[in-house]
Amino acid sequence: MKKHSSNSDKILNIFNHIILIIISICTLYPTIFVLASSFSSGSAVARGAVYLWPVEFTVEAYKVILSDIEFWMSYGNTLFYMLFGTLFSMFISILAAYALSKKRLRFRKLFNFMVAFTIWFDPGIIPKYMNFKELGFENNRIGIIVGFGVLAFNIIILRNYFEGVPKSLEESAYIDGANDFKILYKIYMPLSKASIATVTLFYAISRWNGYFWTMILIKDLDKMPLQVYLRRIIVERDALMLDSGILANAVYSPDTIIFATIIASLVPIIIIYPFIQKYFEKGIMLGGVKE
Amino acid sequence: MVSKRKHSINVGESFKKDWQLYVMLIPLFIWLVYFAYKPLYGLIIAFKDYSVFKGIADSKWVGLENFKYLLTGPGSVYFWRAFKNTIVISLYNIIFGFPIPIILAIMFNEMKNKFFRKSVQTIVYLPYFFSDVVIAGIIISILSPNIGVINNILVNLGIINDGIYFLVEPKYFRSIFVLSDIWKESGFNSIIYFAALSGISPILYEAARMDGASKFQQIKNITIPGIMPTIIIMFILRVGKLLNIGYERILLLYTPQTYEKADIISTYIYRLGLKENGMMDVATATGLFNSIIAFILVYVTNRITRKLSDTGLW
Repeated sequence: MKKHSSNSDKILNIFNHIILIIISICTLYPTIFVLASSFSSGSAVARGAVYLWPVEFTVEAYKVILSDIEFWMSYGNTLFYMLFGTLFSMFISILAAYALSKKRLRFRKLFNFMVAFTIWFDPGIIPKYMNFKELGFENNRIGIIVGFGVLAFNIIILRNYFEGVPKSLEESAYIDGANDFKILYKIYMPLSKASIATVTLFYAISRWNGYFWTMILIKDLDKMPLQVYLRRIIVERDALMLDSGILANAVYSPDTIIFATIIASLVPIIIIYPFIQKYFEKGIMLGGVKE
Repeated sequence: MVSKRKHSINVGESFKKDWQLYVMLIPLFIWLVYFAYKPLYGLIIAFKDYSVFKGIADSKWVGLENFKYLLTGPGSVYFWRAFKNTIVISLYNIIFGFPIPIILAIMFNEMKNKFFRKSVQTIVYLPYFFSDVVIAGIIISILSPNIGVINNILVNLGIINDGIYFLVEPKYFRSIFVLSDIWKESGFNSIIYFAALSGISPILYEAARMDGASKFQQIKNITIPGIMPTIIIMFILRVGKLLNIGYERILLLYTPQTYEKADIISTYIYRLGLKENGMMDVATATGLFNSIIAFILVYVTNRITRKLSDTGLW
């Protein structure tokens, strides 16, 4: 009986490995295809010769997009929105999460409800759009930074984490005469690196990735973020360089330019991701769903 | 956990003693007032004949006219189409997308080789961090009839003769969308279950092994019951978002040819209110309708699961 069950366990284990390998390959493959295609010649891509690695290796497509001034402008804009937006978001979120984590805060339940309500009830696209217009934030960089400053879910992650910080630390600091700001800065923040890193990552990623609202709110070309630029190239295929007899020389093509732009936009994420992975895993586990 | 200290002071004293906490909340509340609660005022145009020139306050009240127009007016067939698509896509998403992260987490948990497990996790979390535009770009590329790798493989294997226009034919849209959702979210969503799994006491497994339980029996009798509360909470959250599909990706992927299967309530609102004819009042009514139903859904599921299992969100 025991022998039998350990045999079936072994089979289960092998099966488990195989399935996970297949899943990993399926997850990774689309990106590999895009990467390989971005370094292939336009004609190789056009005849469907690319599967895993570059065919007729070339960096021409990258040269084209990297010499496009709009690409750099939009990249810069995204960095600007991401940097200042994330700072703004973290400033509000850390302060609020600390206060909301304190049992001695009066009306704590009500305040928490007011935050959670924004997750459950969305006023919708049109009222939000009209609100931005009324506040004068249409086509305004500050509007993009301020208007998308708070994600209730992120505050809840931080709050849950802060709730778990041992009270004794805080109490002894109190006795030494520290106030709440000091306690937050000197005790809570250093102890909560994992969840702060997680939430920072979430805010930064949502700034980096967002296109819908900037597409709707921003009218000037010189304020456009990268994703809107990408959208124009990928979905509308309408960048200036994409026409005019490119196919004749076939070193690069509209398609390889699309591939190269996708990869170029992924570079920061791919670079940051490995460093931050252990943090967000920990951060989510500790702060995510808590009963 | 930490011992709680009793604070028996009244509100005034609390403000005086803990004023710093209230100061810390000021930035959040200014933000909430301007960007979360003020837009709620805009919802009243759902009950008005909104005119841009008159503004919200001076536009004429029309009661439920906008809702009536939406549900039974000349354009209502498009609304009902979007409504149906929303429900169908969302159900697909739940049926196929919801169990996968749970299964993934259990598989990770069974994986004793730590390095291998971490590598797989690193890979499957990754697409979560890709933007919708990038994902749309990848989908458009790999499905392209000329250069797409899927069509190339199918043609080379002799399964089809010519490339299929996957994104032009309505019948493929939902599968493509749901698959892309699974690809993007499954790995990342498994984190929460994986965390719950590591909270199960090893003693339980040890006891089961002593009794001669196979791995499969252990999963069935210890692992799954152990994460049931998490599963239920995630399920409620998911159902609450039933009407709240990732419209940003649909906007990127759909075309007038695929509206028939792809147009959902949010994308319909977008076209109605901001793009084609600027019927902001009807679009707002649509959004309100959507939000109210979503809210009711969360409430009802929460009630039901509370009755059935004693676990709930509140």
